[in-house]
Amino acid sequence: MDADAGMAGQETAALVTARGLAMRFAPSGAPALDAIDADIRPGLVTGLVGPDGAGKTTLIRLMAGLLLRSAGELRVLGLDPGPQSRALHERIGYMPQKFGLYEDLSVGENLRLYAEVRGLPPAERAATFERLLHFTGLADFTSRLAGRLSGGMKQKLGLACAMIKRPELLLLDEPSVGVDPISRRELWRMVRELAGQGIGVVWSTSYLDEAEACDEVLLLSGGRLLFSGRPGELTGRVRGRVLQVRGLDGPPQGGSPGSEPDESGGELGGESGGESGGGRKRGVLRRALGLPGVIDGVIQGRHVRLVLGQGAQAPDLAAMRAGHGAELVPVPPRFEDAFLDILGGGPGGVSPLAARMQNKPPNANSVVEARQLTKRFGDFTAAQDIDFAIRQGEIFGLLGPNGAGKSTTFKMMCGLLKPTAGEALVDGLVLGKSRGAARERIGYMAQKFSLYGTLSVRQNLDFFSGVYGLEGAARKSAVEGMIETFALAPYLSASADELPLGFKQRLALACAVMHEPPVLFLDEPTSGVDPITRREFWTHINGMVERGVTVMVTTHFMDEAEYCDRIALVYRGRVIALGSPDALKDGVRTPAVADPTLEDAFVELVQRDDAARAKAESPSASLPGGKGRAA
Amino acid sequence: MTSPALRRLAAIIVKEGLQIVRDPSSILIGFILPVFLTLLSGYATNLDLDHLRVGIVLEDSSPEAQDLAASFLASKYFDPRVGHDRREFAADLVSGKVRGLVVIPQTFSRDLARADKSVPFQVIADGSEPNTAQFLQNYAQGVWLSWMAVRAEGKGAEFRQPANLLPRTWFNQELVSLNSLMPGGMAINLTLIGALLTALVVAREWERGTMEAMLATPVSPVEMLIGKLVPYFLLGMAAMFICLGITIALFGVPFRGSIPALVAVSSVFLLSALGLGLFISSVARNQFVASQAAILSAFLPAYFLSGYVFEPSGMPWPIELLSRAIAARYYVSCLKTLFLAGDAWALLLPNMGGMALIAAVLLGLTLKNTARTVA
Repeated sequence: MDADAGMAGQETAALVTARGLAMRFAPSGAPALDAIDADIRPGLVTGLVGPDGAGKTTLIRLMAGLLLRSAGELRVLGLDPGPQSRALHERIGYMPQKFGLYEDLSVGENLRLYAEVRGLPPAERAATFERLLHFTGLADFTSRLAGRLSGGMKQKLGLACAMIKRPELLLLDEPSVGVDPISRRELWRMVRELAGQGIGVVWSTSYLDEAEACDEVLLLSGGRLLFSGRPGELTGRVRGRVLQVRGLDGPPQGGSPGSEPDESGGELGGESGGESGGGRKRGVLRRALGLPGVIDGVIQGRHVRLVLGQGAQAPDLAAMRAGHGAELVPVPPRFEDAFLDILGGGPGGVSPLAARMQNKPPNANSVVEARQLTKRFGDFTAAQDIDFAIRQGEIFGLLGPNGAGKSTTFKMMCGLLKPTAGEALVDGLVLGKSRGAARERIGYMAQKFSLYGTLSVRQNLDFFSGVYGLEGAARKSAVEGMIETFALAPYLSASADELPLGFKQRLALACAVMHEPPVLFLDEPTSGVDPITRREFWTHINGMVERGVTVMVTTHFMDEAEYCDRIALVYRGRVIALGSPDALKDGVRTPAVADPTLEDAFVELVQRDDAARAKAESPSASLPGGKGRAA
Repeated sequence: MTSPALRRLAAIIVKEGLQIVRDPSSILIGFILPVFLTLLSGYATNLDLDHLRVGIVLEDSSPEAQDLAASFLASKYFDPRVGHDRREFAADLVSGKVRGLVVIPQTFSRDLARADKSVPFQVIADGSEPNTAQFLQNYAQGVWLSWMAVRAEGKGAEFRQPANLLPRTWFNQELVSLNSLMPGGMAINLTLIGALLTALVVAREWERGTMEAMLATPVSPVEMLIGKLVPYFLLGMAAMFICLGITIALFGVPFRGSIPALVAVSSVFLLSALGLGLFISSVARNQFVASQAAILSAFLPAYFLSGYVFEPSGMPWPIELLSRAIAARYYVSCLKTLFLAGDAWALLLPNMGGMALIAAVLLGLTLKNTARTVA
């Protein structure tokens, strides 16, 4: 009672206060959360930001009274969430991962169930349902089963169920996982509206770009709070230290070709004609990361983005051999730049993996090719007439929302799924006809790493070397080489499940490339992974590509898509756009959006496709050119 | 005005009901499995044998020997093949094509004529199936005695047996084994059905993340538990009536008790069977593990320790003690009583007490496990 009176008294009192909050699941193990001090205020969207394993879900569950803290103080709405959880649950809304929906109940039945269990008075029901259905755009789908909704619609329904009885605090655990960018934008709009009504919203995410949209941010890493405050405050710390190297398509730098003092030896085409086009940016990034003062760098389409250390001088363009016409342009910092800065910078740019590889023999033909690939499941077409050709040494991305058909396409390219029509070729071999031979040329890394969790690191390496047909001395040297390259020696007898995330990623990559395949297929390789591990991973990929390895990658991560030389945007089973990240961005540039991001391009292209489809389907639009856009 | 708790409970019951209707596996377990299991137990677990395949070796070809062979041919218990040398059947006996031999020796008619001499004829039974061998010997003895009686009558003489035993059996007068096996089998089947029905439902909620969402609402674990019990209880009761209907209508097993008594006994039993499933489900949090555990922990102990076939009173005392923790033991006893004797409350009530205790323990443990926290 006292707490309530206090709340009413001061508008800005925190909804949640944590002091020295800690959580341990095993008495002897490392804490899942340690020494967390935080305040969550009403009327704001507070982001709980960090990679997988940072402690986001643990913190949300503690606030929801679903876990009991090990130490420290925690008050939620003036209550102790453990012993007073009944009272707390009357006043909060909580959406767990996977949205907490009953898939075999319809939209309306889910709403009714949550209305009853949350104690919404019957008199308010009709008005509340109407408001929520309108708010979420689900009014036309009330009788559809929740399991038949798209990811974005499920997310909106989950949100509606969580806020059916206007909560004081709304806890959302990774609401944007598996949701396409368009739905994500709509969800943000809804959450903003709720915050505007005075509700405190907690939004946990591993996407660092979402952090910038929050009012306040709690940045977690390894169970510790790295930063708490406005995101702008954090990005402000690196203001003026973020640069883009642009103009990398100019003629190569003067000087003596072939005399590069690189520890990795020659690179593909490096000796003969210098790097050009897509190849140059990777070399520039690698060299830039070796320069003093550069603490982080990534590829962004045709540019290279660099973050400098505190007080560092602008790096020397000549030293990174950026070519004539290259320039350094200061750009606004992003949250991720600041995160890397807090963590003390990213890993270096040199891949020991690429260093021990031989250059792949040049191949003028397309290395990976999809010809009219079509897959139907019953009367549902998951992929239709997919066409693309990937050149040697190219990173090719399949980008699209969940359920768009990119996984289906990917599986057909790997030979894991038989196409209904069309062919998938690797190195000129048709998968399915010469599956064994074609598969030997592929290194495959599946989602969530696909390691044998109960086998040790060495057993995993031995197993995968056997699977890829390595034998005798070659097998031994490949395994030893991987252990040395990825510094796995201290973990050899640990089971794969126990490995720290970064080492898991290394081991998964080691298992996929041990047989030195000319083609590498990566399925969502770094989703949920911390940015340092992601950078290390891409350093290896870039290094291998410079050796002539060809890479195909699926992703729904815009950052990851920026590493690609070309992207096929897959939507509703078809490729609706294909080109370099910059070409896609250029295609949607308007006076209103002068500098579109890849996400802007994605949203715009998908909406154009939807519009074209709607026009083609409506009877009045049988005009010529009505379907021209899709082609 | 209904209280919020009742409205929450009603909402969960409605939700579970909708899920049952839409989930083919619930329908399968609730309606198809009882039919299948009852048919299986009716046709496959019959301990009475008829049409035993035997070979009759007629070493003697006298009219008397022929007449005895004809009696075997006429018996519904035998499906005989007649030969003249036992070696003809040797291979069939080894391969199990015949279960035994009835050898009418060369000396048969001679010995029969001499009143003072006992008449030897040989029955060779396949001992690899002791139960069948026993039946064969008993039935052969029966055929022989009735043949002798008929023969004596035909001669106008009185046939004398060494002693005159007049057996009377109560409750299952025809000693049809089905009549006592099927009520027991029904208990076993409902144990499996009850546990399977609920074993999957809580685990499914954990797997799909809905349990976590529910735990963060004002719903209490008791409401959650009752909300799940009610619809599955009704489904289990329907399964019970399906089993009952088939047992009576198709297999002709008599039912001498009353339906209210059966419903009372089955209610208590179902609480324990559903409780076992819910308990497994709340521990496993994984549908695959839960279904495995339900089959192992419900079906096997019920089969061996319930007294369905094997009498617990004949078991070593530690195992007999263990059998008292099996709800099916009490239910088997109740069902046999209801089918064969009637509403013997003096027997039903203590058994219901046993089942109620087991149900209370299981549901209590489930409640403890469905804590308000996720870890």
